[in-house]
Amino acid sequence: MPAMSPHAPQAALPAANTQALLRLRQVRVSYRSASGEPVPVVRGVDLDLAPGEILGLAGESGCGKTQLLLSILGLNGPQAQLSGSVNYRGRELLGLRAAQLNAVRGARIAMVFQDPVTALNPYLRIGTQLIEVLRSHAKVSGQQARERACEMLEAVQIGDARRRLSQYPHELSGGMRQRVVIAMALMASPEILLADEPTTALDVTVQAQILSLLRQLCERHGIAVLLVTHDMGVIAELADRVALMYAGRIVEQAPVDPIFDHPLHPYSEALQECVPRLDGPPPRRLASIPGAPPDPAALPSGCAFAPRCAYRLPVCDERTPELLQATALHWKACHYEGPLGRLRDDTT
Amino acid sequence: MNAVTRPLLAVEGLCVDYHVRVDGRRERLHAVSDVSFELTRGQSLGIVGESGSGKSSIARALLRLVPAASGRAYFEGRDLLQLTGRELRQLRGDLQLIFQDPLASLDPRMSVANSVAEPLRAFEPGLSAAERRARSTAMLEAVGLSATQLHRLPHEFSGGQAQRIAIARALITRPRLLVCDEPLSSLDVSIKSQIANLLMQLQGELDLSMLFISHDLGAVRFACSRVLVLYLGRVMELADREQIFRAARHPYTRALLQAAPAPTPRLARARPRPQLSGEIPSALAPPSGCVFRTRCAYAIERCARERPALRALGDSLVACHRAEELASEPELATLAG
Repeated sequence: MPAMSPHAPQAALPAANTQALLRLRQVRVSYRSASGEPVPVVRGVDLDLAPGEILGLAGESGCGKTQLLLSILGLNGPQAQLSGSVNYRGRELLGLRAAQLNAVRGARIAMVFQDPVTALNPYLRIGTQLIEVLRSHAKVSGQQARERACEMLEAVQIGDARRRLSQYPHELSGGMRQRVVIAMALMASPEILLADEPTTALDVTVQAQILSLLRQLCERHGIAVLLVTHDMGVIAELADRVALMYAGRIVEQAPVDPIFDHPLHPYSEALQECVPRLDGPPPRRLASIPGAPPDPAALPSGCAFAPRCAYRLPVCDERTPELLQATALHWKACHYEGPLGRLRDDTT
Repeated sequence: MNAVTRPLLAVEGLCVDYHVRVDGRRERLHAVSDVSFELTRGQSLGIVGESGSGKSSIARALLRLVPAASGRAYFEGRDLLQLTGRELRQLRGDLQLIFQDPLASLDPRMSVANSVAEPLRAFEPGLSAAERRARSTAMLEAVGLSATQLHRLPHEFSGGQAQRIAIARALITRPRLLVCDEPLSSLDVSIKSQIANLLMQLQGELDLSMLFISHDLGAVRFACSRVLVLYLGRVMELADREQIFRAARHPYTRALLQAAPAPTPRLARARPRPQLSGEIPSALAPPSGCVFRTRCAYAIERCARERPALRALGDSLVACHRAEELASEPELATLAG
């Protein structure tokens, strides 16, 4: 394969899926600081989402993953400055006015937020909220919309759907509410689901149920999912492919198995080693990454991860590494070419 | 019982009730029912269970932040639940607490140095200002903060650093019991392990006993030598760490372990799908008999009729009628990597 330019990660897609549903190019999001300086939170991201795939967008708080997700539907808020391209099926979304975006929001691309409590209106019955989604996008009768709402509640495995329609959000448990939020997202049969930490507010037992439900729904309805999470465990459970973000950039991108079997970026390795496991001998101490993620208003020169990196080279402080193709399906943004594994040795 | 084997903390039959209004009627909610455990010096006990299982209520009742309905909690032989206000204040320095949200537990207008020194004013009033300053500086250095940061306000620190400050403030009175209520939950992955390592290091150095409340089973396995599994306010299982993680006896413990995300996608695919359906029931209407039976794959008619007592089985204490039968099932093998 010939060397690729750093801004052409189409090749990172499985060969059969060269038609990306959603294509992000050089997306940048910045905010103005109190002193009026632009603060970049997403710094030039390229990303493709293929039909039916689950792409995990992973990283710690402040890495820009949620801002990137919001930029797809223009939900970053009036203070945000956006540039680059968000292309959905050949149509440019970035820069569209709200009225134009509303035809896409909820209908073609739906969103599931972290907190099901704030995503639902406490004053409206579940049924009213579900039906509203459909009737704002399609000309359907009240009866048809009601039928669809029942169907969707059953699809997310909520029993006794007809009775649930007349209940209010507070009458449901946390896991049930998140199921309702997912049902709401599915009402208008979207092609893409943007999910921002959809299980973070839930207990592990309920998380396992919701992850398993999301997997089933994708397989059954062929929905593509862009899943934002800080939890590599959730990535391991659900994602087909992973893009790992740090300080507003993608630092590694690959199918999920190579990311875990042979991480190429020191940050990726470190994130996995940090998580205490339930198997193997109990460690005497945990691997950790020194320091904290950088302030977007005061990014280090060169690689933003360098100050915390166990493999730092002199060049890392000088030049920002580009996201380059390392193997057929594996991309990384790192100057270090040697073997990883230092963190593992550190704890044994 | 002689002084050597006497536990630092012995909790017997602890019950915590809350009064709540349901449709205008006052009802009593049993948040913690008949919980007993012991904690020896230098040991850390993990308390795990889903939200609503009563984990935090145990901690709050022991520290007298909420009243206990009944039970005893002997701390070095004195029942914490019977202490007068004055006696309790004298003992507060020995019992300290770290919360989930470090910024909420620090005064936003007080410098970090003053926040950390403040408990010394209350518990060691004989110290001079210079002595207090020396102690708080040393403590802040012990948790990894530099002298140049001491005069800043809490909001100038990241979540991880703020949790270090909260730890310094809790440990400055040299407590013997540290209660940690989800101390890592609000932190990012890379910071979580730093703080977990710090807590373990300080625990060893200071010979601290810890109650470590967490829903994160990996963190509990790392930090605790013994684990108590709680469901709807009742103890399901209590055993040493490796007993819990390698050979759990209770169906609920097994279900919790199975629900934890797998560390790699290969293990995730190899594992059976989650067994545990539904969610924890309301504590206002707990199931009859065994409180876990409504979600238990092994429930039989007897479980609805008769509450299983917490009893010894091998090295574990377990509250399940069918624990012997289940002990032979090699279900947990699938978890190991």
